[in-house]
Amino acid sequence: MTLGTLITRNLRRHLSRVSLTAFGIATVILAFNLIVTTVRAWYAGVEASVPNRLIVRHAASLSIHLPLAYRDRLASMEGVTGVTYANWFGGVYRDAKGFFPQFAIDPASFLDLHAEVLVTSDERQAFLSDRRGCLIGRRLAAQYGWKVGDVIPLKGTLYPGDWEFVVRGIYRGSEASSDETWMLIRWDHMNEHRQQLDPDRAGTVGWYVLRIADPARAGFIARSVDGAFANSTAETRTETEQAFQMGFVAMSGAIIGALKVLAIALNAITLLVLANTLVMAVRERTRELAVLRTLGFRSSHLVTLVIGEALFIAGLGAALGMALTVPANHLYASFVAAKLGNLFPHLDLHPSVLVLSASVTLCIAVCASTIPITAVLRAKVAQDLRHIG
Amino acid sequence: MDQPAIEFRRVSKSYFRGEQEVPILHDFSLSVPAGTFLAIMGPSGSGKTTILNLIAGLDRPDRGSIHAAGLTVSTQRDADLARWRARHIGFVFQFYNLIPVLTAAENVELPLLLSKLAKRERSKHVQAALGLVGLGDRMQHYPRQLSGGQEQRVGIARAIVSDPTILLADEPTGNLDRDSAEAVMGLLTRLHQQLKKTILMVTHDPRAAGYAQDILHFDKGRGVTDDARHVDHA
Repeated sequence: MTLGTLITRNLRRHLSRVSLTAFGIATVILAFNLIVTTVRAWYAGVEASVPNRLIVRHAASLSIHLPLAYRDRLASMEGVTGVTYANWFGGVYRDAKGFFPQFAIDPASFLDLHAEVLVTSDERQAFLSDRRGCLIGRRLAAQYGWKVGDVIPLKGTLYPGDWEFVVRGIYRGSEASSDETWMLIRWDHMNEHRQQLDPDRAGTVGWYVLRIADPARAGFIARSVDGAFANSTAETRTETEQAFQMGFVAMSGAIIGALKVLAIALNAITLLVLANTLVMAVRERTRELAVLRTLGFRSSHLVTLVIGEALFIAGLGAALGMALTVPANHLYASFVAAKLGNLFPHLDLHPSVLVLSASVTLCIAVCASTIPITAVLRAKVAQDLRHIG
Repeated sequence: MDQPAIEFRRVSKSYFRGEQEVPILHDFSLSVPAGTFLAIMGPSGSGKTTILNLIAGLDRPDRGSIHAAGLTVSTQRDADLARWRARHIGFVFQFYNLIPVLTAAENVELPLLLSKLAKRERSKHVQAALGLVGLGDRMQHYPRQLSGGQEQRVGIARAIVSDPTILLADEPTGNLDRDSAEAVMGLLTRLHQQLKKTILMVTHDPRAAGYAQDILHFDKGRGVTDDARHVDHA
């Protein structure tokens, strides 16, 4: 027999209470994991951003475009090693629920600057050769069952009309955080169309992407760019790609904040539920703990018994919660995809989420133990031997 | 002269009930030689159990000093007292106080978990202790599967398994029928006579006290009558 034997036997005294507590913890862990996964998905763009890219957009708003004429001037600036540009296309496939991001890009320079977008040389060549061609992400292709050669019809919103694009390649991301739900169409094809329908807005781009040689000089280059276009008709705002992505996250700051508060509240509830179970257990065993003292058990032994019990219950709950998270997250991701399209392409369960919830559970077990441990340490043995529980 | 197994030197102890101080022991001295079986009798609240708790270091005196099994108990730190208790003190309780989720053998093994004995050695000690109290065939029984007398014998086995210097018994027959009480007292007598254990037993039961070598009648914090031939008190 060991102290572990005593811990496990003690747990079996009130099996229903221990089971309900563990199930409660499992439910909270499940909810916590889904919340953290959701918050992570919000930050996926930030995580995928690279430090050697700057985004140049109109100083007033992203919805106001910049002249294509800026391209050569940007390319010639000190520290800039590459320039590309893109527009948000905003087409609708079938209905509004079928959302996925579509960018009109300059193919060669975009693929040159975005090394994380991997296509075969044949696909790249096919895309470069066909103005109606497009590249789609692997995840997007899987979602709709598209393959190379398929024609994708889109209804234009920002660029009105019925559009059709031929899939010339399916890219995959080089990193786990890479977004594989994009559809990349050709800016020149889009611009050609706009010259016919809306010539005043032709020849403009939504934003520029600059590649810089030294990420440490990003601040200096950004100020140089904005300084160069100050007092022009289209002043710029330049920031790192990460800051640019954070801008989108900040738009949902209140929701993300609420989710974080909810996650903290859930853990606080877990802590209280576990603490309550442990306090009850210790109170019921007041006399037994005093008896152990008379046998020569020290405070450290009794603390071990309490913490051991807390860790076991919390560990059981966490393990169950994590096991349930895997299928639940799959259902959750499917549900979100069905309702919101590809607004959250990174709802995959990341191992770091499980590590986080395991760490949080460990902290909860230790914190929840402090109340009963304090009671144990303050106990008067002579008095407790007369305790009638 | 040999050093006494237990010695109280002018010990005083009070408790508080609310704000009222209730004196339990007043300037109490006691000297118990090693190998003595002493019964302490007296009315409820006279301080009998307090004496046992003070000897074991479960409570501390307000004044005076207590020495037991070679240690000045009243001045030790809690952790040191716990280690000392594990080696030198065996407790027998009125309500047995066995852990209900452990078998008889596991209950008896509990004090040995604090020793450095290997599992096999612990098992031998447990078998010997349970054999000594006549429960060698009840090792895997849980307390709920034993009679009161058997539970108390398991309690005694737990108290002696680590071969302590002093046995402290608090009303060991208080919850037993007559036959079981006689069996338990017979067992304590054997431990005293054969193993030369120093035993202090608190009891209300004159029949149980009759098994002891000496009896100290106790009231209002003092030994008031003296049938004790081997112990000194004041």
